[in-house]
Amino acid sequence: MPDLEQFRADTRSWLEENCPETMRQPMMDESDMVGGGRKPTFKHPDQKLWMERMAAKGWTVPTWPKQYGGGGLDKHEAKILREEMSSLQCRAPLQGMGISMLGPALLEYGSEAQKLQHLPKIANGDIWWCQGYSEPGAGSDLASLQTKAEEKDDYFLVNGSKVWTSGADKADWIFCLVRTDNSGSKHHGISFLLFDMTSPGVSVKPILLISGRSPFCETFFDDVKVPKENLMGEQDKGWSIAKYLLTHEREMISGFGRGASKKFCETAVEAIGLEHGRLADPVLRNDIAKLELNILAFAKTMERVGDETKSGKGLGAASSIFKYYGTELNKTRCELMIDVNGEQAMGWEGDNYAGGHFSRTWLRSKGNSIEGGTSEVQLNIIAKRVLGL
Amino acid sequence: MPLVLNEEQEMLKSSAAGFLAEKAPVSALRKLRDDRDAAGFSRALWEEMSEMGWAGIAIPEAYGGLEYGYVGLGLILEEMGRQLSVSPLQSSVMVGASLINIGGSEAHKRTLLPAVAEGKLLITLALQEGLHHAPEKTALKAIASGDNFILTGKKVLVMDAHVADKIVVAARTSGNAGDAEGISLFLLDAKTEGLSRERVIMVDSRNSGNVVLDNVSVSKADLIGDLNGGMAILEQVLDIANACLSAELLGLSLQAYEATIEYLKQRSQFGVLIGSFQALQHRAADMFAELELCKSMVLASLQAIDNGEDNVSLMAAATKAKLCEVAERVTNEAVQMHGGIGMTDEFDMGFYMKRARVAQQTFGGYSYQLDRFASLNGF
Ligand SMILES: Cc1cc2nc3c(=O)[nH]c(=O)nc-3n(C[C@H](O)[C@H](O)[C@H](O)COP(=O)(O)OP(=O)(O)OC[C@H]3O[C@@H](n4cnc5c(N)ncnc54)[C@H](O)[C@@H]3O)c2cc1C
Repeated sequence: MPDLEQFRADTRSWLEENCPETMRQPMMDESDMVGGGRKPTFKHPDQKLWMERMAAKGWTVPTWPKQYGGGGLDKHEAKILREEMSSLQCRAPLQGMGISMLGPALLEYGSEAQKLQHLPKIANGDIWWCQGYSEPGAGSDLASLQTKAEEKDDYFLVNGSKVWTSGADKADWIFCLVRTDNSGSKHHGISFLLFDMTSPGVSVKPILLISGRSPFCETFFDDVKVPKENLMGEQDKGWSIAKYLLTHEREMISGFGRGASKKFCETAVEAIGLEHGRLADPVLRNDIAKLELNILAFAKTMERVGDETKSGKGLGAASSIFKYYGTELNKTRCELMIDVNGEQAMGWEGDNYAGGHFSRTWLRSKGNSIEGGTSEVQLNIIAKRVLGL
Repeated sequence: MPLVLNEEQEMLKSSAAGFLAEKAPVSALRKLRDDRDAAGFSRALWEEMSEMGWAGIAIPEAYGGLEYGYVGLGLILEEMGRQLSVSPLQSSVMVGASLINIGGSEAHKRTLLPAVAEGKLLITLALQEGLHHAPEKTALKAIASGDNFILTGKKVLVMDAHVADKIVVAARTSGNAGDAEGISLFLLDAKTEGLSRERVIMVDSRNSGNVVLDNVSVSKADLIGDLNGGMAILEQVLDIANACLSAELLGLSLQAYEATIEYLKQRSQFGVLIGSFQALQHRAADMFAELELCKSMVLASLQAIDNGEDNVSLMAAATKAKLCEVAERVTNEAVQMHGGIGMTDEFDMGFYMKRARVAQQTFGGYSYQLDRFASLNGF
């Protein structure tokens, strides 16, 4: 225990010294996130500095082993780092599908060579990854995917198309589900491939989202040659890797339900004001009270599940609710954010309207209950796997 | 403190579950109701519970209790909620003993708490006067007269009033109804001259009662806490009571829910199990999520009480509000998803819905608690 206290003190002073002031401001929207990559974009030079300093310590991925570019921290140390970062309001130095989705899958299923090749580059922000799962005909029913990979001498020949591929226009590499066998059940014959987006035959076409941004794309594969050593796990048995990765994706997305550093009701009081100690709009007050209550109860549930896991009880059934509940909660919060800030919040461009911050965030939140498996699919999973219906 | 039960707490919970399933299941409640039992609960069973230490579970060791805290009491109440067990645990232990322990003098504690812990003395609280829970609206007058106070007025919804030995009465000693200041708490013997009690059987077949005070004289020595300072004590006791009632609501909701899920796996219509209908599956899955949130809130608020944290009121209000919302929904859905059989008296589900509504309303229901939660959050 004294070691942990020392670790906390050291961590805090290191963060205080190394985290630039600008990186301790709340993120306004997606443009404040750092994703790295071969052609990284930084809105502010401090973003680069902060990412590099954290990467040098392995703290972009604190729990990964050191030989793969991680910080080698145990659960307790990682928790301390999280707590200290949040108390100083430090931004995440680097985010993306490499860190939160592919990395954990590589650690579990990748070969040693694949881990050494990819993990350090993810940790340092050198490579930006995208996810090639959904297809025009395979959304919720992901296992019906048809992008074909034919086995040739020392490579797979990939043909087909993906859709809703977030960040494909900026990504350097893709982790991609392909069909290597069509003869059995739909869950059999799926393989998990990793390949460079600059490979000949790969092309992308951005799709504009309702939030006015274009983070997702159609992705086409036309005779793309993927070396055999880029197959992760066993051929035809990629479905379990796909699902494993999805649990990490859902965990990441459900974090949105956790709430912001500033309490929603404080924002509401600033915007609307009090009358006799109560929010001046009684109908909104009621809705906001319900929201705050559920944010609190959701946070307590994440805490409880975390504590249960730490005490050796294993990941309980409660974790199955996170993606569903967290995203629905976040959508409610975004709707109320509009109500609280009034019609101004519907502004789209220009400084008066925070550059459309509210309206764009509100619109983007609608995707939370679709991406990574829709709310309905999450309810199906709970009904079948947890309740046995 | 981690949000998990320790080994000792797990053991308490499972032994309570076993004991109650055997000795105080829903069929026992049904029998008490059908026999029109005079006490409304089994005294022999209460003795057994007291021998196991339940009556003293949250009472300090110094006063004959187990000092097991409110997490401990909550665990028992959760299991009682599952079985709908009837006992004076709520009136006398959750409320009565907490009140004496928080607000009583050393002499009160020494004389009263050991007897409560043994199950030999029942203390209840007479608080409510109007239709709704609103402690600051206490109007029943206590007028000083020499070394005594004279109390006149009427109290309603006093838990276990007709069997209580002592009744703590909240009375107004200064100011007006609506003022938080000016309320005082008086400890009265239930047999005091001028005090009359009327048993009221509630929809859940439990006991409540009206207490009428007609020029009842009570000595200053029987004041619990400071003159005019009753509200601060009441608030603490009510926070405890609402967190504990939430534990009971959790238990009964889980039981009603689990029984419903089982039914979905047994009943067939249109040639398939009704649990295969997605309309029912999604409602069931959504309630599962809500119940998981309830579990976290109940444990967190009981721990907050035991740790003396400074957010107890906020946590208690939040927890009770959440449990009111979810218990209402779950018990309604339980009846709905059972179809016609859910509406029959012979089937137990109705008891769960009835008990839920009474526990929800006791010491403030959903709207009261949500309003309190908002105010405590500064809006
Ligand atoms: C912002 C965003 C980013 C995304 N990023 C990526 C990405 O990077 N990579 C990637 O591969 N994919 C990505 N996706 C795609 C996402 O995973 C799919 O959109 C999702 O799985 C749903 O598939 P679908 O769009 O085909 O909808 P459909 O599956 O056609 O669903 C339509 C509706 O039917 C409902 N439905 C479907 N099946 C059932 C059922 N069995 N029971 C009840 N209701 C059902 C759904 O819930 C939904 O309401 C992204 C999506 C969004 C919105």
